[in-house]
Amino acid sequence: MYRAIQTFLVALCLLVSCLATCLRAQEDIRPLVDALGANSFPQKIEAVKALSASGDAKVAEILQNLSDGKLYAPKTGGSVYLAAPTDGAYLDVLTGAPAADVPGNLAKIKLNNGLRGAIGAALSQLTLLSPDRAARLAASRDLLKDADPDNLDLLNSALAQEKDLEVKATMEAARAVILLKTDASAEDKKAAIDTIAARGNRDALTILTAALENAPQDLKPAIEQNIASIKTSLAAWDVAQNVWYGLSLGSVLLLAAIGLAITFGVMGIINMAHGEMVMLGAYTTYVVQQTVASVAPGMADYTLAFAVPAAFLFTGLVGVGIERSVIRFLYGRPLETLLATWGISLVLQQAIRTIFGPTNRQVDNPSWMSGAFDVGGLAITYNRMWIVVFSLGVFVALLLLLKRSKFGLQMRAVTQNRRMASSMGIRTPWVDALTFGLGSGIAGMAGVALSQIDNVSPNLGQNYIIDSFMVVVFGGVGNLWGTLVGALTLGIANKFLEPYAGAVLGKILILIFIILFIQRRPRGLFALKGRAIEQ
Amino acid sequence: MITHMLFSRHETKILWAVALILLAAALVPLANLLIPEGSAFHVPGYLVPLLGKYLCYALLALALDLVWGYCGILSLGHGAFFALGGYAMGMYLMRQIGDRGVYANPLLPDFMVFLNWSELPWYWYGFNHFAFAALMVLLVPGLLAFVFGWFAFRSRVTGVYLSIITQAMTYALLLAFFRNEMGFGGNNGLTDFKDILGFNVQAAGTRATLFAATAIALAFALILSSAIVRSKYGKVLVGVRDAESRTRFLGYRVENMKLFIFTLSGMMAGVAGALYVPQVGIINPGEFAPANSIEVVIWTAVGGRGTLIGPIIGAVLVNFGKSIFTAAFPEFWLFALGALFVATTLFLPKGVVGTVQQFVASRKERRQADAVEQAYQNKAAAKVESQVATLKPQAAE
Repeated sequence: MYRAIQTFLVALCLLVSCLATCLRAQEDIRPLVDALGANSFPQKIEAVKALSASGDAKVAEILQNLSDGKLYAPKTGGSVYLAAPTDGAYLDVLTGAPAADVPGNLAKIKLNNGLRGAIGAALSQLTLLSPDRAARLAASRDLLKDADPDNLDLLNSALAQEKDLEVKATMEAARAVILLKTDASAEDKKAAIDTIAARGNRDALTILTAALENAPQDLKPAIEQNIASIKTSLAAWDVAQNVWYGLSLGSVLLLAAIGLAITFGVMGIINMAHGEMVMLGAYTTYVVQQTVASVAPGMADYTLAFAVPAAFLFTGLVGVGIERSVIRFLYGRPLETLLATWGISLVLQQAIRTIFGPTNRQVDNPSWMSGAFDVGGLAITYNRMWIVVFSLGVFVALLLLLKRSKFGLQMRAVTQNRRMASSMGIRTPWVDALTFGLGSGIAGMAGVALSQIDNVSPNLGQNYIIDSFMVVVFGGVGNLWGTLVGALTLGIANKFLEPYAGAVLGKILILIFIILFIQRRPRGLFALKGRAIEQ
Repeated sequence: MITHMLFSRHETKILWAVALILLAAALVPLANLLIPEGSAFHVPGYLVPLLGKYLCYALLALALDLVWGYCGILSLGHGAFFALGGYAMGMYLMRQIGDRGVYANPLLPDFMVFLNWSELPWYWYGFNHFAFAALMVLLVPGLLAFVFGWFAFRSRVTGVYLSIITQAMTYALLLAFFRNEMGFGGNNGLTDFKDILGFNVQAAGTRATLFAATAIALAFALILSSAIVRSKYGKVLVGVRDAESRTRFLGYRVENMKLFIFTLSGMMAGVAGALYVPQVGIINPGEFAPANSIEVVIWTAVGGRGTLIGPIIGAVLVNFGKSIFTAAFPEFWLFALGALFVATTLFLPKGVVGTVQQFVASRKERRQADAVEQAYQNKAAAKVESQVATLKPQAAE
């Protein structure tokens, strides 16, 4: 009982003292607030700085009002008032209550860019203590950028109560940058340098390079060493970024080429209409998206889940149709197949152009495919990441289908020895049609993925057909692993050439490289050995 | 010996075709320039460069047919040789503009002034002389064909692979010529030509002369091709097409034979391009597009590959159809072209000329067979008659 009363009393005392402090503080900052009404801008900037240094809880609100142009003061200087949101009345700045005996000559307090900058800096310092994590993070980043030594105390107090790791790291870096500017002890500065260097990004490099100039002599070696190591690690991250871009491009190539690896690689059909199958897949996505939007608008994020099987089935059926109506008459005449399928590609392009018009169609990204995240020094966008995942998934699924299923077994049998397979009871015409349909269907799925990163237009397929052929020929015909390696190699090589040669020249170099490579290894990287290649 | 080879022992139909082309070379300009407008025989001015364009395409198709129809090399990059020849001629025409361009720079073409270039790139030197440009029209495509073929044929890249890398070649050139830094006018290419050899390219007389020149070039190319095809080399070439390994084992250097015909064909395509540019008035990187090269293949296929007259007929027919179609129903041209590709490969694998030849040959064969049978029957009948005749007197006795 006694203890309870004691606690209560202590609490009461604390409350009272706190209230008193608050009241006192309110009255303490009133002259500071009134200083905002000063005539010259430098004086106003001083007033803003003084206000933010006071650390009062009301300061943020006052400064926000100031920057919104809601604060009024007599032209000759004097008390500052807040304009009421509705009528022409004026309120007390600190309490928000209607103000009594307002002078008649009030004018809005004018702002200029310098003053706005000061307000922004002050606000961001104040939000260092905000309960909102994002606000604290943004504030600490601002602080890292302009690193005003006046904010050191505020920063120290904010650091002491910060729990979030990322915010804390940013604050520590800001603190270190500030320390470098002050005349702190050599040990502190050395620790500060290490803290900055530990961030290891481009900002750290700029900060250290700037600090190097007016650093004391004994610190210079440490800074230089850190700069060198940051440069090395940045170079490594650059390589990693290029590899990632290359993987991303390679996965697009893989998606575009893997269907061709079936039709061209396994069946030996030069399918020039392959690009149009990709295009049909993209348009299927568009149609599915429109249907979902009109039937079940709430399902917009799951459009792709319907689009992938829809595109596979639709383009697969188109493929079977093409095989049954044209290609089956041309087996054994590869060059003529090339011409016939080119003709089909022209017809498909024009058909789509007639139905949907020649302009691009808008296919939206679902929410889970937009945005980006960082891994170390890598910036990874979600749509690219999902495309890499999707293409690898398609690859693995196809590999399993070919190696582990009955259909895959029949397909390989027909490829390797058609007459023998036929004698064993395999219906080879059906296997041909289904294989071609499979290749086309995969191209359609590629179209779903490409609709997320490329323009959906009737010419979509044309942009990929030559690249796809390059990948298949480079990787080696009749070998899915070759297609995988070929696509990723070409993608990465392309991205590594781009910084030196530019995008177009890089692509030209790759084409020349492939032309020369074919001379050395006419059957690609992973050539089939044995009798099959002679046909 | 070369003249002997060129002018003797041609098939009569080749000679007929050459005569027809030369006749056109004379008649079309005359009908355009001398016969007054309004007469039924007048050839209107817009038609002359259009017909000239068809003949350029015919020459290009003939060049492709030499390698595809007679040697089995399906090149999907012949548009590249055509465009290179065109660019060489375009460079000459650009230099002839002189200070009459928009920026009135006597040395630099307009697009270079626009790009702030201060001096002419080295590869533009010499193109102010027609003779040099004409040489380059032959040499540049020829050199590209030679180098490309030298690599490709020595390492025995054949069939589909060769087709794909020729396509890659023209695609790479397409990308390259789109770049402004290349110094060939980038996206816009070369255009706004004024003079050729001092004559205004727009003038009716110049256009008529260009048409005649194109027709004569085509006639000469036809004679040359026919001579090659009928020579011993031509026979071996067909052997390479039909059984490459066997020809090699017989001791022929297959790669050299292919290289010769490929280079020659590239040069012919270059000439076609050079004649095309002044008549059309523009050359831009679009000519390198792989789709263009594939279209050439279909002209050849429609006309009949492996015949020399076929590609000429095919190129003229398809392009005439294209002119009509794109004017009347522009949206249906691609449908028609696509259907043409499919129908030709499915139903007319030998093309129009090939099918007609086959038909004529089979009729001739049948007629011969009929004649032989008739003769046999006649003979048999005569024998019976004579036997009867010899028997009759006996019977009478």
